[in-house]
Amino acid sequence: MSEKLLEARSITIQFGGLKAVDSLSFHINKGELIGLIGPNGSGKTTCFNMLTGVYQPTSGEVFFNGRVINGLRPYQISHLGMTRTFQNIRLFKELTVLENVLVGGCQQISYGLAAPVLHLKKFFEQEKKLTQRSLELLAIFDLEKKANDLASSLPYGEQRKLEIIRALATSPQLICLDEPAAGMNHHETHQLMETIAKIRKDFNLTVLLIEHDMKLVMGICERIIVLDHGVKIEEGNPVLIQNSQKVIEAYLGPEGIQ
Amino acid sequence: MQDFLQHFINGVSLGSIYALIALGYTMVYGILQLINFAHSDVYMIGAFSAYYGAMLLGFQNRPGIAALVILLFFAMAGCALLGFTIERLAYRPLRKAPKLNILITAIGVSLLLQYSGQVIFGADPKVFPSVLQDSVITEFLGVQLKVLDVAVLLVTFVMMLALHYLIYHTKVGRAMRAVSTNMNVASMLGVNSDRIISFTFALGSALAGVGSVLVGMKYPKIEPLMGMMIGLKAFVAAVLGGIGNIPGAVLGGLLMGLSEEMVVGYLSSTYRDALAFGILILILIFRPAGLLGRGGVEKV
Amino acid sequence: MKIPLLTLLGALVIGVGINFGTDAFIQLTLIYILINMILAMSLNLVNGFTGQFSLGHAGFMAVGAYSSGFLSTLIPPAEGPLQILYFLIYAGCGGLAAAIAGFLVGLPSLRLRGDYLAIVTLGFGEIIRVILLNTPSVGGARGMYGIKGPADWTLGEFTFSKFLFGYAHAIFWVIVCFIVIWRLMRSAHGRAFLSVREDEIAAEAMGINTTSAKVRAFVLSSFFAGIAGSIFAHYSNYLNPASFSFNRSVDAVIMVVLGGMGSLSGSLMAAAIITALPELLRPLQQMTGVDLRMVIYSLCLILLMILRPKGLMGNKELPSPWGWLKKKGAQHE
Repeated sequence: MSEKLLEARSITIQFGGLKAVDSLSFHINKGELIGLIGPNGSGKTTCFNMLTGVYQPTSGEVFFNGRVINGLRPYQISHLGMTRTFQNIRLFKELTVLENVLVGGCQQISYGLAAPVLHLKKFFEQEKKLTQRSLELLAIFDLEKKANDLASSLPYGEQRKLEIIRALATSPQLICLDEPAAGMNHHETHQLMETIAKIRKDFNLTVLLIEHDMKLVMGICERIIVLDHGVKIEEGNPVLIQNSQKVIEAYLGPEGIQ
Repeated sequence: MQDFLQHFINGVSLGSIYALIALGYTMVYGILQLINFAHSDVYMIGAFSAYYGAMLLGFQNRPGIAALVILLFFAMAGCALLGFTIERLAYRPLRKAPKLNILITAIGVSLLLQYSGQVIFGADPKVFPSVLQDSVITEFLGVQLKVLDVAVLLVTFVMMLALHYLIYHTKVGRAMRAVSTNMNVASMLGVNSDRIISFTFALGSALAGVGSVLVGMKYPKIEPLMGMMIGLKAFVAAVLGGIGNIPGAVLGGLLMGLSEEMVVGYLSSTYRDALAFGILILILIFRPAGLLGRGGVEKV
Repeated sequence: MKIPLLTLLGALVIGVGINFGTDAFIQLTLIYILINMILAMSLNLVNGFTGQFSLGHAGFMAVGAYSSGFLSTLIPPAEGPLQILYFLIYAGCGGLAAAIAGFLVGLPSLRLRGDYLAIVTLGFGEIIRVILLNTPSVGGARGMYGIKGPADWTLGEFTFSKFLFGYAHAIFWVIVCFIVIWRLMRSAHGRAFLSVREDEIAAEAMGINTTSAKVRAFVLSSFFAGIAGSIFAHYSNYLNPASFSFNRSVDAVIMVVLGGMGSLSGSLMAAAIITALPELLRPLQQMTGVDLRMVIYSLCLILLMILRPKGLMGNKELPSPWGWLKKKGAQHE
């Protein structure tokens, strides 16, 4: 019997008159790798934004580890153990690669204002520990050699990787990846998917993955949720999704079926 | 009651001047998302253009409709030219720069105008030409309706009508609205956005020129720093109404003028200037988009 | 701890030299440079490092100046060398008062961004000034007289002048301000500030409480602005609300921008340049007969923004002179 890590109960968000997501319910068990797919503009990212506290749902509730988390600010949700990456990469561009990861690890720092100003021992100890751990994380994606480069100087694919590392640095239980393979070629995507599977095992992670590309999600996800126009139209294992009339219709339109 | 009505009239008259200046802020903001700090000093230059224009034509002391028209012409022309030049020389090179840089440039232009004003015009106040002979037109329930107040209201009203016509019923107005909605799309559709931006600056500045003549008419003392306070208040008016929103600027201006007159009338005049900032802070904290503005959702 | 102390010592020796080598006018300018250095560095914390735009720094300086000045009228300083202790305490209290003001202003307004924040802080700065203008107990528009300042103290042959005390006091705070901000920026706190500047939404997602980070930066910045105000109050013995107008806030912004947003050494240089420039341009005024200084100054500002928008230093720092002296490379601190 698996435990529910995240549960959304009929969450709805309205912008003006438009319901971007309409009474969506789903849950994620501990350790699962779930895919959230749907055509462009179907409300996937909006859904992420509601889960992670960037937007507040107009109605409905989100539970994380059995605790209601709507109304919490994004940083509080991050402290509880849910983190994310962004569809349109949001790195700290003018900071170095290492600094980006260090920011993600800020929750491991417990010193106050005095320690760094007076150069207390506590400060050096904690900084050293955090730096070491951050470099280890960078090593997973072979980025440790670029630790002191500016984040903006990385090529596109590596920026995406850095975002994942930065998110991992927050020591999450659940990581939400928003189109991590966007803009990557077939080979890179394949590699990325393998790494995701690996870190999931190594860090004992639960993963929620938004992907536009259906084929890709089919390969690694255990369960898939399909959104269309803000409504969940299907949910189930990849085989079921592949054969669902509703999903095919949503992607190809009613005419596409013939 | 009688007091109240008198304050009301004064407030509306003052408020309509704020509205005229606020329009310049709001139009520029609507199109460039830039707080044009120099706008208040463009207003000051308007007063001086009118002053020197009147001197040139010998209208320093010949009040009448002709004087009003001539002063308005000089102030508007001077301001429009200046607004156009500022945009061209200072803001255009920075069109793609970070917002902060443009804001600082705007402050720089404002300082430049103030200090050059002090060098060129001298720091001492000058007496503005008398525009209209003030007298009481009618007295109703002990409330005086004066020529100057009526003139202020009339001129403002005409200007607003003209502006409304320009923005909603002409080709250039349509282009302005298009550029302020989305500059890139407007450009793609063949609108010359640089030209529209120049035009907007000239137009907004000309309105500030009108404001400067109306103020000069009521308080005939002009000096190079005269724009600072009134400019700030007009700006607050624009924010109050919802910056970028043209009817909002008018509403904000009127509300500012009224509340200021009421504070002066019923509380104390020492806090008249703090009032503007008080309003500003309250509005920004509780309704940052202003009364008529619409808040946007940041896309993530 | 060695380097700051050495720097302080070195600066004090230089101060003694200045004390005997120059006249009162240059000394006064020097004190103003030190005050402006603190102002610029502290504003850089908010505008440069945290990426918020405050235009009301003069207001916090005023709070520090007035509260510290007022305190000195209640509890006058001792005479002799102990006076410096009193000024340090006045400054600390002034800084605290300004920090509290900063907290009260920052908490509601830091939700706003960009231009709006600039305008609100401008508004608060002006409100502080208007309140001072209307408070009779601190002199209102007349200004506040009777603020106790440093006094000469003679020990045998040698006279420790007013300047020397004022200079020591100011240089002490310049160093404290520099060290605090410098070290903070190389800690998790500093990274939090920077992440807010770079991308607020991403910072939140990484677990940074952005509101708290902004308020912390703002409060600390106000604290040092208050310190600068206190030094100003005690050195000039007189305060007037007009000294803390919008223009002073703009000056502080200009120093930050000229030096480079996010560069402390840039702020130091810019404070020196901006403070000294009007004095250096004085001969020009005598030549032409009109005061063109401010015209040139504002023109330079516009040109700077167009031609060198990142300021003198960008977000880089000068290499540490101590590291260079010891030939250990620049990364000493």
